[in-house]
Amino acid sequence: MKSCLIVDDSKVVRMVARKILEALNFRIEEAENGQDALRACLQEMPDAILLDWNMPVMTGIEFLQELRRTAGGEAPVVVFCTTENDMRHIQEAIGAGANEYIMKPFDSEIIESKFAQAGLL
Amino acid sequence: MNVNDFDLICRILKDRSGLTLSKDKAYLLESRLLPVARRWKLTSFDELARLVRGQPDETLLCAITEAMTTNESFFFRDAKPFEQFQSLVLPRLLEARAHKRTIRIWSAACSTGQEPYSLAMILDAEANKLAGWRVEILATDLSNEIIDRAREGTYSQFEVQRGLPISMLVKYFQQVGDRWQINAKIRDMVTFRSFNLLNDLTPLGSFDVVFCRNVLIYFDQQTKSTVLARIAKQMPNDGFLYLGGAETVLGVSDRFQVVDGQRGIYGLVPPGAMPNPMIVAAV
Repeated sequence: MKSCLIVDDSKVVRMVARKILEALNFRIEEAENGQDALRACLQEMPDAILLDWNMPVMTGIEFLQELRRTAGGEAPVVVFCTTENDMRHIQEAIGAGANEYIMKPFDSEIIESKFAQAGLL
Repeated sequence: MNVNDFDLICRILKDRSGLTLSKDKAYLLESRLLPVARRWKLTSFDELARLVRGQPDETLLCAITEAMTTNESFFFRDAKPFEQFQSLVLPRLLEARAHKRTIRIWSAACSTGQEPYSLAMILDAEANKLAGWRVEILATDLSNEIIDRAREGTYSQFEVQRGLPISMLVKYFQQVGDRWQINAKIRDMVTFRSFNLLNDLTPLGSFDVVFCRNVLIYFDQQTKSTVLARIAKQMPNDGFLYLGGAETVLGVSDRFQVVDGQRGIYGLVPPGAMPNPMIVAAV
């Protein structure tokens, strides 16, 4: 069973994403900002990370840059999932090492399709 | 909805597009035609049927046909057929057409263009192997309105997230307001025109690859057989036909058989040979 860390400051989004990903057979961990997520990754690197952009304490892009600099941090497949839906943000995310990018709002089909493309299914 | 109205609309659809609707699709008919009724300032399906029975104008009959035959489409739909196109079909054609250096591809029910554009993006990725080649993609659909949308190549945020990897969005699209337009280079690789699959295919010419996915399912057996027989006539012996995942030639055509056990891709049965029952049965 693959693991996925869901990073989003919205409890509702985390809950919806958890339901979708559990149905796709992922073991779920949650974090509500980048710093929590980093702490979780240092304990155990997940196979996948579903990552919001705008969060208090540490944003998604700051977390990703930090993660990719960390030992073992190149391994997790990172899928951004954010309301930032312009080309500049998408390119910045890819430049920082994101593997896929979901523009909110999302549904189960989009998550499934993106996770499949990222080789997670 | 009364049975006579259902039969009336079904007859029109069958004549104009080949679409066959079973009785259990009454809900589909009603839900898709209500918006059409509203455009004609009518309040119900019954009123629409009455107008059709009375003096329908051509635009109304077209609108009804278009509303019933427009189907959703994704980029790289089902993924596998496109992987096969890149890894099996294209290499074989590069070898087989090495002297002619021409490949013609037909997307026979292209809807809003995702299928032919997916093929065009693959061809672009393989451009170094295709230098000096002429590759033509003809994309057709019954509906003029849909063909116009396909030609424009503009999609909602929702549409570009189904099947399209983010790397390809970045590479091949630009953002226009809250929509995404595929770039001119890819658009120019595809020729769009409206075309009814029930018409004579001869004027379209010959095709090395035909994508006819998820359209035969809407036809009755006789129409399926006719369309497949006509496609067979427009294909060289080493051409490739793609059908949808839920479609088969079994019992519909003895001209095609599965290629190399590759589900979904068919080749012509060689002249004089019987279709290989083992291969056909593997579908």
